[in-house]
Amino acid sequence: MNLFSPLWLSVQLALVTTAVLLLIGTPIAWWLSRTSSRFQPVIQTIVAMPIVLPPTVLGFYLLVLLGPDGAIGSWWVQLTGSALTFSFSGLVIASCIYSLPFAVQPMQNAFEALPQQMLERSRTLGASRLDMFFSVAAPLSLRGFVGAMVLSFAHTLGEFGVVLMVGGNIPGETRVISIAIYDHVETLNYAAAHRMSLVLLAFAFITLFVMFAVNRRWSSR
Amino acid sequence: MIVLRHKVRKGSFSLDVDVEVPDTGITGVFGESGSGKTTLLRCIAGLEQEDGLPVHKRNVGYVFQDPTLFPHLTVRGNIEYGARRAASHRVDSAPVVDMLGIGDLLDRKPDSLSGGEAQRVAIAAALLRSPDIVLMDEPLASLDRRRKDELLPYFDRLHDELAVPVIYVSHDIDEISRLCDHLILLEDGKVSACGDLFDVISRVDVPMLSGQNAGVVLWATPIGHEDGLTRFDFGDGDIWAPGEFAVDRNPMRLRVAASDVSIVRERPSQTTILNVIRATIEAVHAVDSATALVRLGIGNQDLLARVTNRSIRRLGLKPGDRVFAQIKSVTVRH
Repeated sequence: MNLFSPLWLSVQLALVTTAVLLLIGTPIAWWLSRTSSRFQPVIQTIVAMPIVLPPTVLGFYLLVLLGPDGAIGSWWVQLTGSALTFSFSGLVIASCIYSLPFAVQPMQNAFEALPQQMLERSRTLGASRLDMFFSVAAPLSLRGFVGAMVLSFAHTLGEFGVVLMVGGNIPGETRVISIAIYDHVETLNYAAAHRMSLVLLAFAFITLFVMFAVNRRWSSR
Repeated sequence: MIVLRHKVRKGSFSLDVDVEVPDTGITGVFGESGSGKTTLLRCIAGLEQEDGLPVHKRNVGYVFQDPTLFPHLTVRGNIEYGARRAASHRVDSAPVVDMLGIGDLLDRKPDSLSGGEAQRVAIAAALLRSPDIVLMDEPLASLDRRRKDELLPYFDRLHDELAVPVIYVSHDIDEISRLCDHLILLEDGKVSACGDLFDVISRVDVPMLSGQNAGVVLWATPIGHEDGLTRFDFGDGDIWAPGEFAVDRNPMRLRVAASDVSIVRERPSQTTILNVIRATIEAVHAVDSATALVRLGIGNQDLLARVTNRSIRRLGLKPGDRVFAQIKSVTVRH
């Protein structure tokens, strides 16, 4: 139970985050890959920020923003009656921002590799923009989607700093596996910390291994 | 008639076209690279400007220089892509597949096709969209000589069997003379000449046609074979051309470049040149300080000869003179 509750929470968080990121990351990646707007570099930078920003810094700002007095947090309290901070919903929002670049970049790379002329051809053959995306761009960018999903999932599963700042340590609500490991180490329960860490270690290895193996097969085709 | 009226600015380049082209046959757009040929096609297709009717609602069939088929679909999936999205189905798949000779390729993936095969599939896809107009942007330019020769007969069939008007962009005057019925000359984003191919192509007052590309297209009927050559009747005499062409009553196109025509005062008695034709000088157009183009009347049709001003002075050539035209080479359409 001790092992599975935080692990299950982490998996839930990662799944929800991955799904949300696929939905909002795709249009962002598409826009970044195709636009000639002069704002592109700015948006690109903002999206990439979480890669280099210390999680505690990101977590701090999110805490301020999502807190009951923050811009988003107060609006959320009005809407739902409960606070975003120290809740699962708050964790989802934080994770989405934290993992955004890991979802956007593989998709953006895949979209950028699509020949412009192929997309234009589909338009001249009668496809609307949306039709073109689903009938040509998306099937040819599967690798990007898989990469985005794997990276967002794995990255969310392992996150610690942002969760600690925004979510705290509430069992069953915000106590994800990395927090649980930290707890166990703090209380010198090394056996439990070992069990959980081993799960994450194995998971990280398997995910990356499968991804590289699949990539290799795809590129040799 | 189809009205082409397009105005667009791209950096320092601007395209400003306002012409009418017939709604039948193939209209060639000829011009040097950078003259705006592709931009004109992209304007017609709606690919150039964001405003106006969106691309997918303009019923055009666009054939790009590179085929860029959809690699995740089979050949069948590729040619049906446009058909499935077509507003009307005036074009049946079977005759198009047959005309382009792609029946055996239908279950293959695009990456297993040669460049010529892929381009034929791309053309089929564009035609099966049942377009109101087909736009072709140098569809042969990315192919090597052999593939081009392999593909040209299919274009001849397109020309003969297709009911939709085609706009065919090229910088190759031979392709244009072989395939097109009408011609638009584009120079620096502007139309410098427009009209029937046979009239426009022999014009000497347009810089683009007075240099390397000077020449004429003759109508001639194949009437016999000898020694691997075909004898053509152009109305007022015969012309020999290499190759054996079916002898029927249908006139064919012969392209004669001005640089392959020379002028002699008297019929040479011993020469390797087969085609020596009686002609009358109609006009002499100085092109530059060294060379001139001489228009020669041969019955109802004309020839152009590129000669030096020095030769014109030496032989004292002037309009009205009876001379002989020596033709070194002739290209036949089919």
